[in-house]
Order: sequence, then C-alpha cells, then structure tokens
Amino acid sequence: MFGFHYRLERKAIGLVLAIIGVASIGGAVEIAPLFTIHQTVEDAPDMRVYTPLELAGRNIYIREGCYACHSQMIRTLRDEVERYGPYSLAVESKYDHPMLWGSKRTGPDLARIGEKYSDDWHVAHMNNPRNVVKESVMPAYAWLARTELRTDDLPNHLKAMRAVGVPYSDAMIANAAADAYGQAAPDSPFAEGVAERYGGATTVRAFDGDPGKLTEMDALVAYLQILGRLTNAAQKPVASAEK
Amino acid sequence: MQVVADVIAQFTGAERRGAFFIALATALLGLAMAVTGNGDSFGAHGALVLAASIITIFCLIRSFDKPEPSSERLQSYYDEPTKAGIVLAMAWAVLGLFVGDWVAWLLVYPDLTFDAAWASFGRIRPVHTTGVIFGFGGNALIATSFYVLQRTTRARLPDQLSPWFVLWGYNLFCVIAVTGYLMGVTQSKEYAEPEWYADIWLVVVWVTYFAIYLRTLVRRKEPHIYVANWYYMAFILVVAILHIVNNLAVPISFGSAKSYSAFSGVQDAMTQWWYGHNAVAFFLTAGFLGMMYYYLPKRAGRPIYSYRMSIISFWGITFFYMWAGSHHLHYTALPQWVQSLGMTFSVMLLVPSWASAGNALLTLNGAWDKVRDDATLRFMMVAAVFYGLSTFEGSFMAIRSVNSLSHYTDWTIGHVHAGALGWVAMITFGAIYASVPWLWKTRGMYSARLVEAHFWLAVAGTVIYVFAMWNSGIIQGLMWRTYTEGGTLAYTFTDSLVAMRPYYMARAIGGLFFLIGALIGCYNIWMTIRMARVSATNTAADLQDAPVAALQPGE
Ligand code: HEC
Ligand code: HEM
Ligand code: HEM
Repeated sequence: MFGFHYRLERKAIGLVLAIIGVASIGGAVEIAPLFTIHQTVEDAPDMRVYTPLELAGRNIYIREGCYACHSQMIRTLRDEVERYGPYSLAVESKYDHPMLWGSKRTGPDLARIGEKYSDDWHVAHMNNPRNVVKESVMPAYAWLARTELRTDDLPNHLKAMRAVGVPYSDAMIANAAADAYGQAAPDSPFAEGVAERYGGATTVRAFDGDPGKLTEMDALVAYLQILGRLTNAAQKPVASAEK
Repeated sequence: MQVVADVIAQFTGAERRGAFFIALATALLGLAMAVTGNGDSFGAHGALVLAASIITIFCLIRSFDKPEPSSERLQSYYDEPTKAGIVLAMAWAVLGLFVGDWVAWLLVYPDLTFDAAWASFGRIRPVHTTGVIFGFGGNALIATSFYVLQRTTRARLPDQLSPWFVLWGYNLFCVIAVTGYLMGVTQSKEYAEPEWYADIWLVVVWVTYFAIYLRTLVRRKEPHIYVANWYYMAFILVVAILHIVNNLAVPISFGSAKSYSAFSGVQDAMTQWWYGHNAVAFFLTAGFLGMMYYYLPKRAGRPIYSYRMSIISFWGITFFYMWAGSHHLHYTALPQWVQSLGMTFSVMLLVPSWASAGNALLTLNGAWDKVRDDATLRFMMVAAVFYGLSTFEGSFMAIRSVNSLSHYTDWTIGHVHAGALGWVAMITFGAIYASVPWLWKTRGMYSARLVEAHFWLAVAGTVIYVFAMWNSGIIQGLMWRTYTEGGTLAYTFTDSLVAMRPYYMARAIGGLFFLIGALIGCYNIWMTIRMARVSATNTAADLQDAPVAALQPGE
C-alpha cells in the first residue's frame, strides 16, 4: 500500500484523479437516492404552493437572515413535539427553494407558527420585540412597515420557481402582482382572484393593519401565518410524538 | 501606490497586456451588470466591479511603459502575491473579528442596530462568517499555498499574472459577498450565501487557481509531491466540486441578484450540509493542514514524525468526511439510513483526525525547548491541540443521542469556535509570523514580545469563548428538555433566554481579547515590513539552495 502511494505521489494528474474519485463516493451514495427513492418525501395531495405575497415574505425572511436564529424543523423528539407541535415532515418543505430548516435556535422554532398569534401581535413584535417579550434579543424590524413591497418582478419569481419544479400555472404567473396586492386588501377587486387561484382557504387580510398600502410587513406576516399550514399532512395521527 | 507600480514593473510586456485585457473585460462586465441591474442590488454590484476594474486599469496604464524585467527574476521564487495575500488576510481578520464581536454584543444588547436594516443581526452575522472564513482564511490559504508550492517543488510559479488574477478576483468575490449581505443579497445557505453571479465568478477564479497549482507541479524539480501539497490540492479540488453542486440555481432574470435554488426541502438540506460540513473539512481543515505540514516542521527544524501516518490521515480525511454531512440533520425529516451513515463515518473520522494532530505533536518531540521560547511555534502547537480537541468533540456531537441535546444550541457555536479560533486562526497566525520575516528578509519579527502578547490574548480569548458556549449550550439544551414532576415542560423558551445572558456577555469579552490580539499582530507585521524597507534588501537567487531537506520524512 505504501509502495503504491510512493509511486502515486510522483504523478500530479494521478493524485488529482485519485482525490476526485475518493471524495465523490460519499456524496453520491447519500444524495442521489434521495431523488429516486419515492418514500423520501410523503404524499400530500392537499398541499398548495405559496401565494406571491407569501413568497415575497419568504424572501424577506431570507434577506433579513431570520434563519440564523430560527429553525423551521421540529425534530422527532418528545419535548420538541410538545413545545412546537407535530414533528416536521419532508413534504412540508417540498416547495422550499431553498429549505430554511436552520441550524441554531437563538429564538424558538417557527415551523408551526402560522395562526398561533394574531396579525397585530406579529406587527407589534416585529416593530419592537421587546415591547411584547421584555427579555427578547431579537432585532427590531420597524422599517418593514415603512417600506413598500416591490411587486413588479413577482411574475419572474414565480417563473423561476416553476423552472425548478414548483407547479405554478400560467394564470398564477400572469396575475402575480395583482394577487400580492389582493391578498392584503380584502375589500379590493383583486382579492377574489387569490381565492380562485390558490384555494378558498387562503387567508386574505390586511396583515399589517392597513389595507391601503402594501408593505414588506404585509408580506412577512402573510408568510409567518402560513408556516406549517400549506398541508395538514403532519397533523394526521401517524405523525404524533415518537415516545 | 508605489507597491502596485513595482509589481507591474515586474510584469513582462505580454503580462501587462494580458492584465489590461482582463481588466477591460471585467470593466465591461461590470458596466453591463450596472445597466441591466439598474435599481437592483445587482446594479450596485455592477458598479462595484466597474470601479475595481477602472482602478486596476488606471494603475496598469501608469506603469505600462516601464522597462521590462530582466530574466534574472526567473532565478528566484515569485513571492509578491504571497506578501499581498498575507496583508489582505490580516485586514480581513480585523474586519471579520470586529464584526464577530459586534454580533456577539448584539445578543447582549439587541438594540445596537440603530434601526438600520444593514446593521441587524441576520445581515451582519454572515459578514462575520464570510469575513473570517473566506476573507481571512481564504487569503491566508492562497498566500501560503503559493509560498509552500514553490518551496516544496523547487519551481517558480508559472507566470506572474495568474496569481494576481486569483488574488484580485478572490477578494473581489469576498467584497461582493459581504456588501451583498448588507444590502440583503443572500441565498441563505450557510457558508454559501453569495448569489449566482458571485458564484460563477468564483468558479472562474478557482479554475485559474487550480491551473497555477497544476502547472507548477508539472514543472517541479522534486520527484515527490510533498504532503502539504496533497492537502492544498484536496482543498482546491473538493471545494470546487462542493461549490458548483450546492450553488446550482435559477436566477429570476439576468438583471437581478435573486435566484432560486435548484433543490428544495429534504434534498436541499442534504446537499447543503454535504456542502457545509465539507466546507469545514476541505476549507477549514484540509487547507490548514497543508499549512501545518509545512510551517510546523520548518519552524521546529524537525522532519515530520511519520510519513505513513500522513498518508493514512490524508486519505482517511478525504474519504470519510464526504459521508459525514448528515450529522447536521439528526432526527429531522431526512431518512434515517442517511443519518446513520453520517453518524458512523463521523465517529470513524476521529482516527485520521487524531493521526494528523498526533503527527504534528510528535514532530515537536525533541523541540519542546523551542516551543517554550518561541511564541510562533507555540501558536502552531496550540493549534494542533485544538484541532485534536475539536475533532474529538465533533465526533462526539455526531452521535445521535448527544446531538439531540447539542443541536440548535450554543454548544455547536462553542465547537465551531474551538475549531475556528483554536485551530484555524492559531495555525494561521503561526504561519504568518513564520513567513513574514522570511518573505521580507528580516532577521525576525519587529517585536518578539508582541508576538508573545498576541499569543496569550488569543489563548485567553479562545478559552473564555469556548467555556462560555459549552456552559450556555448545555444549559440551554437541558432546559428545553426538562420536565416537571407533573409531566409538563419545566421552562419556557424565554426562561432559557434569560439564562444565556451572562454567557453571551463572557463570550463577547473573550472575543474582544481575541480581536485585540489580532490588532497587535497587525501592528507588529506592519512594523516588520517597515523595518525591511529601511534595511534595503538584497534579493538572493533563492531557487539555487535546496530548502526542502528539513522536510524529508523521518522514517
Ligand atoms: C438574534 C436572533 C433573532 C433574529 C435574527 C430573529 N429573531 Fe425572531 N426571535 C428571537 C428570539 C430570541 C425570540 C423569542 C423572544 C421573542 O418572542 O421575541 C424570537 C421570537 C420570534 C417569534 C415568536 C415565536 C414564538 O413562538 O413566540 C417570531 C414569529 C419571530 N421571532 C420571527 C422572526 C422573524 C420573521 C425574523 C426575521 C425578520 C426574526 N424573528 C429574526 C430571535 C431572533
Ligand atoms: C473575535 C472572535 C470571534 C467572535 C467574538 C465571534 C463571534 C461569533 C458569533 C456571536 C457568532 C454567532 C453565533 C450565534 O448565532 O449564536 C459566530 C458565528 C460563527 N463564527 Fe465566529 N466569532 C469570532 C471568530 C471567528 C473565527 C476566527 C472564525 C473562523 C475562522 C469564526 C467562524 C464562525 C462561524 C463558522 C460561525 C457560524 C456558526 C454556526 O452557524 O453554527 N468565528 N461567531
Ligand atoms: C472529526 C471532525 C469533526 C466532526 C465529526 C464534526 C462534527 C460536527 C457536528 C456533529 C456538528 C453539529 C451539527 C449540528 O448539530 O448542527 C458540527 C458543527 C460544526 N463544525 Fe464540526 N466536526 C469536526 C471538526 C470540525 C473542525 C475542525 C471545524 C473547524 C473549524 C469544525 C467546524 C464546524 C462548524 C463551522 C459547524 C457549524 C455548522 C453550522 O451549523 O453552521 N468542525 N461539527
């Protein structure tokens, strides 16, 4: 073995090829089957895609680095299930490009935060967390309520998502900007289209409390309120705590 | 400015023209980005690229018609890029550590963000990680790899332009990354945050870097390729594979910074942590092991203890690490068979890791008096100890039941910084203190006592940091899973938050020690360089002597 190596280390190209070969095996064995083995991701026929407003909110969540402090992955451990709710299933993040499972819980898990609090609570909390939870170390995000949401490029966002495999229809793409507006303005003529395209159960509310203006706060709260609620696959009895 | 002019004066005519065309091409690219991305952060980055290119063109033009260098230069190693890389590494260290400490204080005083979006925790945390890993670590790796490559092959770098392109392009990448986060441009993938256009640019830079390595190796005068180069090569090659696969994404348009990852959900999680863990393995470990395998024996004046141990540990690390990524996903929605594989390989990984750490420490056997007297060598010794410690801790944390406690807590942060401060930063400081006098041809550093002071500040800072995070992490993990006698959870999340505060404060103070140490290091290096300028150097043709003798294995 050492004799072989003695010869190998005299050949630059041989060494390069050996390194590439040896290093490729692990990833190939562990990653490739995840795309081909069907059981990896459960079936969830009731699952819907993110609305344009929720997707915009998700992008704000990414932009602000909320994932650095919050996980979105409840592990199959009793205390986590009791604290945060049913453990997360793979299917729940199948439209998440990229996933936001996180690796650090400086704040609590958010996988099932949807509809746990009112919109007002979230707006107050985002404006200054310490007004709501005195001991909080979360940053204040007061500027979100002051900043208008950019919607003109939303069709491009949906198109790119479709390119990576999320089933957005042509109608969804064409109406992306209007739907974003409509979801946060329940009394406007645009609100109806949202329910039509994304299902009657979709929440249509003035998330930041002001239906007249579409802000980044609207988008972020809409996103927080849908977390854990795109499908209820995890609520089925099979997914209750592993004792 | 004079320094830049001197570098360009060393270029041949062809190299000057090459540099000019490259800078012109990037200027046009920057202009195109600025136009198509008008109103988007993409456009701002275009302007940045354009500005960097124009400054470069300006410098080139000013020195364009200097006389060409004589062929005498081919008789010596080409160390100018290494010098620049070391200075850049120290500059990034100060920035990265400063921001790191700021991030640490944010968890004590969360309102240190001044209501500004760019200063909030989520945006500056990646500035810290990218600043230290890619800015500080990356520049140090590129700089030392050029140095080590030439000495161990006894060949000069193939040309003078491509190393500068690598250094320039790489730092441009880092600046784009860091300014991007401040503007909110991020993919959110840890350690792979930069967006698609920065990623493509890095591929170009990286291929050039690899080409330099290969072209030099092919022209080597030593029959054997020395161990340090195996590690540097593994670092370059595997980082390229990881980078390309994990960053596959579809941009929303060619005028926008935003893209969507090609993968989603569980497949994305596995790809990301296959990348993330091996960024640790091949960026923060393999590259720095390459550094260690050269500078430690050189400084100690003793050959590497065992050649066979270095073979076993090299291939062990290259093979096992690539399986271990799934230990970041224990008890998640990732299929259990992948978790088990990750855990098994992580535990096995301890063997090659300790073989490397042991090889380094045994090399020092018989040179302990030097370790006692020489803070530079002591930096390297402590690095090897922390390397052993953090790999032991890592293998332990990869065990499922241990990870159920440690995951999501500050224990991970403690482990990270035992590796990052204790291993990565210490070996780098050691290597830099060793190289600076060699490169600038002075008898030693400006002040040995300041090296000593830096050493103790670094050790104190690391120990405070790591102990604080072990405590807070374990307390946090226990509080989250403690039940009352009635069978309900004993603590709210906020309870655990309150318990963390004193440890967060201690960590921030430890970080301050570490930062002050680095500032002292900068001053010392600066003064050494000035000292060298004063005592005008005579550049001997150092290719003539055979410096590798001390590196031959001792078996
Ligand atoms: C510095 C780390 C940090 C960052 C960054 C951060 N948070 Fe938090 N977050 C916390 C902490 C700590 C808590 C718990 C105390 C509290 O409720 O404020 C929390 C609580 C929350 C809660 C309430 C959870 C519950 O179950 O009560 C929500 C919702 C939330 N954060 C959303 C966000 C969003 C959205 C972002 C990004 C815009 C964000 N956080 C960024 C630390 C952070
Ligand atoms: C002055 C010294 C340093 C201080 C005060 C510091 C502080 C911090 C803080 C506060 C965090 C965020 C932790 C959290 O989210 O809870 C962090 C994360 C991190 N730091 Fe540092 N740091 C320092 C030096 C370094 C160095 C030298 C490196 C690498 C070479 C490094 C690498 C990292 C990495 C990789 C993370 C991310 C960890 C994770 O996500 O698990 N740090 N640091
Ligand atoms: C045998 C070697 C090692 C093993 C088996 C190992 C294992 C682990 C494990 C189990 C985690 C925790 C994952 C989680 O729960 O989320 C982790 C995190 C980490 N380790 Fe190591 N480790 C090793 C060596 C190192 C070294 C030498 C460094 C150098 C700096 C390092 C840097 C990190 C970083 C940066 C993270 C945090 C990743 C993140 O969550 O962002 N590790 N490691």
